[in-house]
Amino acid sequence: MNDINNNNIIEVKNLVKQFKKVKAVDDITFSVKEDEIFGFLGPNGAGKTTTINIICTLLSKTSGEVILNGYDVSRERNKIRTCIGMVFQDPSLDDRLTALENLYFHGLLYNIPRKELKVRSEEVLEMVNLTDRKNSLVMTYSGGMKRRLEIARGLLHYPKILFLDEPTLGLDPQTRNKIWDYIIKLKKNKKITIFLTSHYMEETEICDRIAIIDEGKIIALDSPENLKNIIGGDIITILSEDNVKLKEYINDITGVEIHDAKEGKIRFEVKDSSSFIPEFIKNSPVKILSISARKPTLNDVFLDLTGREIREENASTKDTMRMRMRGRMRH
Amino acid sequence: MYTIWLRDIKRYFRDKPRIIGSFAQPILFLFVLGTGIASSFSTFGGGGGKEFLNFMFPGIVGMTVLFTSFFSAMSIVWDREFGFLREVLVAPISRTSIVVGKLLGGSTIAMIQGSIILLFSPLLNIPITFLIFFKVLGIMFLVAMTISAMGIILASVIKSMQAFQVITNFLLMPMFFLSGALFPLNNTVEWMNVVSKINPLSYGIDAMRFAILNNSALQLYPMWLNITVLVCLIVILSVLGSFLFNRQE
Repeated sequence: MNDINNNNIIEVKNLVKQFKKVKAVDDITFSVKEDEIFGFLGPNGAGKTTTINIICTLLSKTSGEVILNGYDVSRERNKIRTCIGMVFQDPSLDDRLTALENLYFHGLLYNIPRKELKVRSEEVLEMVNLTDRKNSLVMTYSGGMKRRLEIARGLLHYPKILFLDEPTLGLDPQTRNKIWDYIIKLKKNKKITIFLTSHYMEETEICDRIAIIDEGKIIALDSPENLKNIIGGDIITILSEDNVKLKEYINDITGVEIHDAKEGKIRFEVKDSSSFIPEFIKNSPVKILSISARKPTLNDVFLDLTGREIREENASTKDTMRMRMRGRMRH
Repeated sequence: MYTIWLRDIKRYFRDKPRIIGSFAQPILFLFVLGTGIASSFSTFGGGGGKEFLNFMFPGIVGMTVLFTSFFSAMSIVWDREFGFLREVLVAPISRTSIVVGKLLGGSTIAMIQGSIILLFSPLLNIPITFLIFFKVLGIMFLVAMTISAMGIILASVIKSMQAFQVITNFLLMPMFFLSGALFPLNNTVEWMNVVSKINPLSYGIDAMRFAILNNSALQLYPMWLNITVLVCLIVILSVLGSFLFNRQE
């Protein structure tokens, strides 16, 4: 065991990963506490998966230090491998085997005694509601079922930490919600640390703490609540007849920064929108065509910190393309 | 190690089309191409058609072993493509045992396939006794291990399915043609003779032919040389294979 703080199950210090030309991970430092849900949030290519791959021993690091459960990632690989469960971004099941067989192989790989393995297989399948399909070939599963089976498999050897790399990638919104339900349920029933990544902002709100990562660097790390407080209030979006005049007026009364938003609208933040709006409309010098106020989301936080939006639309088209390509290659 | 082996075996028996399909090629070679060439002997003068078929038979057994073990080892590329490899790589088992498991898995399947081809021997009036069968089985194992180890080296170096196709055309087919499986190598042109000497499969086919036909007239190298070459290759190639597979990015 190590001399580091006992509450931290993962310690990452000054981690750098340099591929031939690009610095995928650029000097990041963070720690994950025992039994928390820790989230990595950022656009595609931000370095989330690279970091996870280094922590889970699949990739070597260029420099820095990674300690997991007291073990050093570059020297005690097998010890680390025993205490982590992985759900990868891309499916990693053997689809010519049945669900039960996939679990059986996993059990053999992790040296789980046969008797114990049977009991545990039933237990994890039950948890993700796949008991009635346990003898079907994985080939016949839907995307959501495969992902659920992967979560079940990742839990089979009772890991201390479960890594979920984009667990909802390529799934439809309904299935995505279900997957999160399972994760929340899992957190309630088991003493386990969960480390997840996502580029879907809303989904990471279940995390205890989130690291926002962009271009290989962590640009913010806090609880979702505190991150949203960066914004400093509610977000108001207005469509008016004369934006220039309206901007001057808003600046006069609030003094906040005003941004141009989509579809000719303008956007700014105020502390308390419910008391601000009635007064604002009454006194506005220009005609307001529409006004809306909402609580800030992590999307707004990302926008605020980087000046860019996470291009969810583009990303998901690319993801579906990739999934389709994989499907095609099978034939 | 056992796990990796077991998975290969399970997948093999589950994949019925693959089992049936894998007999199509040897049967095609033996009964269509073989019979065709054998009967053409009389067209161009000269006899020995039947002898040619007998000559070719061990070659076809060798071919079956070659292709089966190579493709089994190359399934690593397939597993990488479809992600399953990561499941294995992140498990607490050493890279070396993955490689050994894969070698044994590929060899077992190749030996099963080769043995089934041996069952056709009565059709050619080639007597196979138990003793011969076990001798051949041993040689099949050596050949399969050599080729599997070669496959693992290639699978560790190349990462895409496209490259895999290229390898099949530019390495596997020449290896097969220049191994003495289809025609005797001692009476061909000089360059073929040279190439066949550096082809590991030549030694396997030669050993297999002697074990099956027990005809020293067709033998190119002494048995001990064949076996030594194969065993040395297995050791060198598997060590190299594990080393390459172990390399971390």
